[in-house]
Amino acid sequence: MATIAHDDSDAVVIIGSGAGGGTLAHELTRRGIRVVLLEAGTRQSLQSFSQNPGEAFGQLTWLDPRTTSGTHTVLQDYPTLPSWTAMTVGGTTVHWTAVALRVQASETRARTVYGAVDGASLIDWPVDYKELEHYYDLAEKRMVVTRTHGNPGLPASAHFKVMYHGARRIGYKRVHTGHLAINSQPADGRGMCIQQGFCVQGCKTGAKWSTLYTEIPKAEATGHLDLRSGCRATRIEHGADGRANAVVYRDKDGVEQRQKARIVCVACNSIETARLLLLSDSAKFPHGLANSTDQVGRNYTRHTAGFIWGAFEKPVHFWRGTTLAGIVEDEIPHNPKRGFAGGYHLELAALDLPSLPLAGFPSTLWGRDFGYMMDHYDRLAGMLINGEDMPMATNRVTLSSTVRDRFGLPVGHLHLDEHPNDAAMRAHAQRQGRAIYDAVGALRTAVSRQTPAAHNMGTARMSLRPEDGVVNGHGRAHDVPNLFVSDGSALSTAGSANPTLTIVALALRQADFIAKEMSARNL
Amino acid sequence: MSANLQRRQFISLSTVLAGLVATAGPLAPFLSEEAWAREVRSLNDAQAATLVAMMRTIAPHDGLEEEAYRLVSRAVESMIGGDEGLRALVGGGLDALGPHFASQAEPERVAALRAIQDGPFFKFVRVQTLFNLYGSPIAYAHFGYEGEAFSKGGYLTRGFDSLDWLPDVPLEDSGPNPARAGR
Repeated sequence: MATIAHDDSDAVVIIGSGAGGGTLAHELTRRGIRVVLLEAGTRQSLQSFSQNPGEAFGQLTWLDPRTTSGTHTVLQDYPTLPSWTAMTVGGTTVHWTAVALRVQASETRARTVYGAVDGASLIDWPVDYKELEHYYDLAEKRMVVTRTHGNPGLPASAHFKVMYHGARRIGYKRVHTGHLAINSQPADGRGMCIQQGFCVQGCKTGAKWSTLYTEIPKAEATGHLDLRSGCRATRIEHGADGRANAVVYRDKDGVEQRQKARIVCVACNSIETARLLLLSDSAKFPHGLANSTDQVGRNYTRHTAGFIWGAFEKPVHFWRGTTLAGIVEDEIPHNPKRGFAGGYHLELAALDLPSLPLAGFPSTLWGRDFGYMMDHYDRLAGMLINGEDMPMATNRVTLSSTVRDRFGLPVGHLHLDEHPNDAAMRAHAQRQGRAIYDAVGALRTAVSRQTPAAHNMGTARMSLRPEDGVVNGHGRAHDVPNLFVSDGSALSTAGSANPTLTIVALALRQADFIAKEMSARNL
Repeated sequence: MSANLQRRQFISLSTVLAGLVATAGPLAPFLSEEAWAREVRSLNDAQAATLVAMMRTIAPHDGLEEEAYRLVSRAVESMIGGDEGLRALVGGGLDALGPHFASQAEPERVAALRAIQDGPFFKFVRVQTLFNLYGSPIAYAHFGYEGEAFSKGGYLTRGFDSLDWLPDVPLEDSGPNPARAGR
């Protein structure tokens, strides 16, 4: 672990230690580049992860308030939590369910393949898919993803059996235990999955890949990483030349500090990434850093999501076993005959008893219908829809005009309306999900509406043209040559895949680019 | 129930609640562990009875003992504490349901609540009911939830794949079961 001086202007400063920031920190430090890694959260460990679901949630989650507007049902069903993001060393890779999927080639050409969709701000990715595939390979190997590169799949749980046979009976062909960054056998110095079912509380065996105990300790071992946890970035500063040159932050005692920087990489998860850029306004950038085209915070996407539950006559015990070890891939391809653009995955999903009532059902479902499902808790099966969400320029992160955080800074404000394409996709997926359960004898099924987004994307997206996004194909800001976005904010469109694998692949690619440009003295 | 047992349940429940309350965001300041451990009465007997009946209507489980609901009701009373705004919201909402709500038949109670389900009083009570009811040890036992398994070696050897009413999944769509290796 290095100690880098505050006035050392040769350091790369990365803000956020999750999938993007943590991976980038490792990739740069292993090349001998000195990195200051700022993380707002505290550092947990396999030992300190709580096994009480509510407590674990509090331990890992970004709990500062956010304000909201818009008509989306998620705002009614989850008023205090429209988005579920992490604040801890390792970021969302601590609470993720480790679903490691590739964005499809056609999804990276969404505007071309889907055509114009009314009200949607689709673009094509300014990234060559062949090149992306190379980095996907590297990411899958590094994260030890099941069913890739010779890694075995996870064994089928009782819960997956229900999904599997239901899906096969209605004709689906691509149904398996998933591509998960979870060790099905010991690998990378970490143990194998013991089917605890407590994936989102922090994996106490470390079988699940997280930057907390993979990339970050490896970066620390290089001697070039200065990790500062409990440090909240509040502003990125720039010089007269328009280049970023420092990051202002509050340290763990709340004292303001200023770290000079040669390069700044922002990886705070979409809402906070956009908020930090908007907070960094100046005479040169009066509407926020890298926001000359008014794109920062726009095109906020999640995935079209929602739970489908089946109640059965006999026990399933769906909490026993890896939370999301099951997938149906048949609905991924774009097929306009279904009545919507883009595609979706159906993913196995279980919730612990205290979380299911509030997280799993819409606020309008209460009384006997709700009680019936809960009474079948040990006989439930569940799945989660994960589908492409249409970007809309008006679905947007701005600064709240009413609520400030403990440092006196406006919190993020989220405006969210639902695009009709998302509603049509969800309805289709709910029908298919119910059919899966009906095919294996469900007594009754129930669905949620949109669930809080754990996948937050697009608010600083990659675009060919500055008027369509914030950064270029390497995640470099169109406006600021030494400012990079290194998290899901940069994804040009949402695709149907859980975003982490893509974030890691892009971080690996970005590290190559930054290192090359640094040695050429271009950065 | 003995006073001691009651106290122990409060304390174990308060640990659960401390975590759950952290999820409530703006609600969190209303309830500290200390506030919970004390028994705070901030509703009159009629209001408390209406509250329990309301919770039973929102989350009906015929076999679940009354005590599970009463604990949630006391949690709400503790949360109200000295907060006059919250007392007005909850007390006022309960009074408006009328003195006979608790003795009404279920369809009538449902109809009364459907009429107010979009308002802040109902939303508050629903969220508190769901937050608190299912996190209690009583609920874990009632619903058969086994909770964390790390301390017992996971579910790998404790039934993660035991389901006898459907065939096994072919190996090509799953993976080797480490617990069965070498058998």
